Amino acid sequence: MSDSGPSTPPSPRPSPLEGEGEKLHPCPLRLERVGHAFDSLAVLRGVTLEVERGEFVAIVGPSGCGKTTLLGIIAGVLQPTEGSIARVGQVRTVHQVSGLLPWRTVSQNIELGVDRRSTSAEANGQLQEMLRLVGLEAFAGYYPHQLSGGMRQRAELARALAGHVDILLLDEPFSSLDYLTRLRMREEFVGLLHERPRTVILVTHDVSEAVQLADRVLVLSGRPGGIRCELQVESPRPRELTQPEVVRATHRILTELGLEHDAAGNSPYEI
Amino acid sequence: MASLFRVTGGFGLAVLLGIPAGLWLGCSELARRAFLPYVNFCRCLSPLAWIPFAILWFGIGDAPAIFLIFLAAFFPLTLATISAVATIPSIYFQVAAEFGLTGGRRWRLIVLPAIAPQVITALRVTGGLSWLVVVAAEMLAGRDGLGFAVWDARNGLRMDLLVATMMVIGTIGVAMDRLLAKLTRIPSVRWGYER
Repeated sequence: MSDSGPSTPPSPRPSPLEGEGEKLHPCPLRLERVGHAFDSLAVLRGVTLEVERGEFVAIVGPSGCGKTTLLGIIAGVLQPTEGSIARVGQVRTVHQVSGLLPWRTVSQNIELGVDRRSTSAEANGQLQEMLRLVGLEAFAGYYPHQLSGGMRQRAELARALAGHVDILLLDEPFSSLDYLTRLRMREEFVGLLHERPRTVILVTHDVSEAVQLADRVLVLSGRPGGIRCELQVESPRPRELTQPEVVRATHRILTELGLEHDAAGNSPYEI
Repeated sequence: MASLFRVTGGFGLAVLLGIPAGLWLGCSELARRAFLPYVNFCRCLSPLAWIPFAILWFGIGDAPAIFLIFLAAFFPLTLATISAVATIPSIYFQVAAEFGLTGGRRWRLIVLPAIAPQVITALRVTGGLSWLVVVAAEMLAGRDGLGFAVWDARNGLRMDLLVATMMVIGTIGVAMDRLLAKLTRIPSVRWGYER
C-alpha cells in the first residue's frame, strides 16, 4: 500500500510483456496533472498517472467522481481542459452497456476487430479463435439483441481483443450483469488476458472486481476527482474473491471510501 | 394503372432526393441552420394547396400528380432522415474511430445501418401519404386514375361506382404498406423494432 498524493511515482513493477520481441513502448500511457471541467463544473483535478506496458490498472471511486470522464480522456474522446496526456499505440474500449453494433451479427462484430492487413484466411482463423475463446461459436450468426447480457459482453471483449491493439479500456464492463455472471466473467477475462496480454485500464465502482483483477488499484476522491490513494495487489491472477490479500485490499479501499472502518474505528474519509 | 404509376414516380423521386438531402442536412450543422426552417415550412404546407400551381405549371395528366406526391413525401422523409442521423448514439462513432472505420467505410458500416430502421418507418408513413395525395390530385388535375373515378362517380351520382372505387383505393393502399413493411423483415434492421 503506498499512500500517495496526486503525483504518483511510476511503479517499479516489471512488465509481463517485456522481451516479447515486438517494438516495445515501456510506458504507453502517461497523464500529467490532467484536469477536466464541464463548463464551470470541475470533475477531475490533478490526475498524474503512468501506466506500464502490460500493466493492469483499475480505477475505483464513488459515483460522479469523474471515472468515466477520465476514461474518455484516455480514449481520446474528450480533450482534457488542464494538463497533458501522452499515449502510444491504439486504444479500444469495452463499454458498460453493449457497444456492439446492433446491425451486425456476433461474428461480423468480431470481424471489425480483426487485423485488416491479414489475408481473408488468416482473418477467418482469428475470428474462429476469438469465437472459441469466448465460447460463442454456436452464436456466431446471432444479432446482439438476441443474446443475453453476458454473451454480449463476451462478444464485445472478443472484438476488442482481436487484432493487435495495445491498450484496452474497460468502462464498467460487467456492471450490468447479475452477480454470478459477473464473477464468472471476471474469471473468463483473466483467462482471455492470459491468452492475449494487453495493457488494461479498468474503471469500475465494484471494489472487489478491481482488487480481484488489477495489479494496481487507484482510488479516486469525490468530485473533483483526484487520485486519493494507490494500492498494489501482488498475488498472481486468477485470484479468488475470498483469498486473504483480496479481502485485505478490499477492506483497505472500502475504508478509504468511508464505507468500512479501520481497527481504531475511524474512517478517514466521509463521502 | 395510372394512379400506381404516378405514386411510384412521385414517391420514388422523393426517396431518391429526400434521403440524400436528409443525410446531408443531418451531418452538416451549417446546412441544417440554413435550410431546416424552409423544410419545416414546406412540410407544414398541405400539398393540396399546390394544386393550382401544379395545374398551371404542368397542365393535366401525370406530371402534376407526380409533382404533388413528390411534395407530400419529400419533406417528411427529409426530416425523418435528418433526425435519424442526428440521433445516432455517439458510442457508435467511438467504435468507428477505435476500429479504424473512416470515410466511405464509416458511412457504409455505421451511419447507413444506424438510421435504417427509422428511415424504413418514415418510408411506410410517406408511402401511405403518397397514396392519399394521388387520389386528391387526380380528382382535380387528372383525366384518369382512381381519383378521377371518384370524381366521375360523384358527377354521375353513381354511389355504387364510388363505393367500389373506394374499396379499390383502400385495398391497394393496404397492399402497398404490406410491401413496404417487408423491408422491416431484413435481418440487419430487426434490432430497431425489437428490444
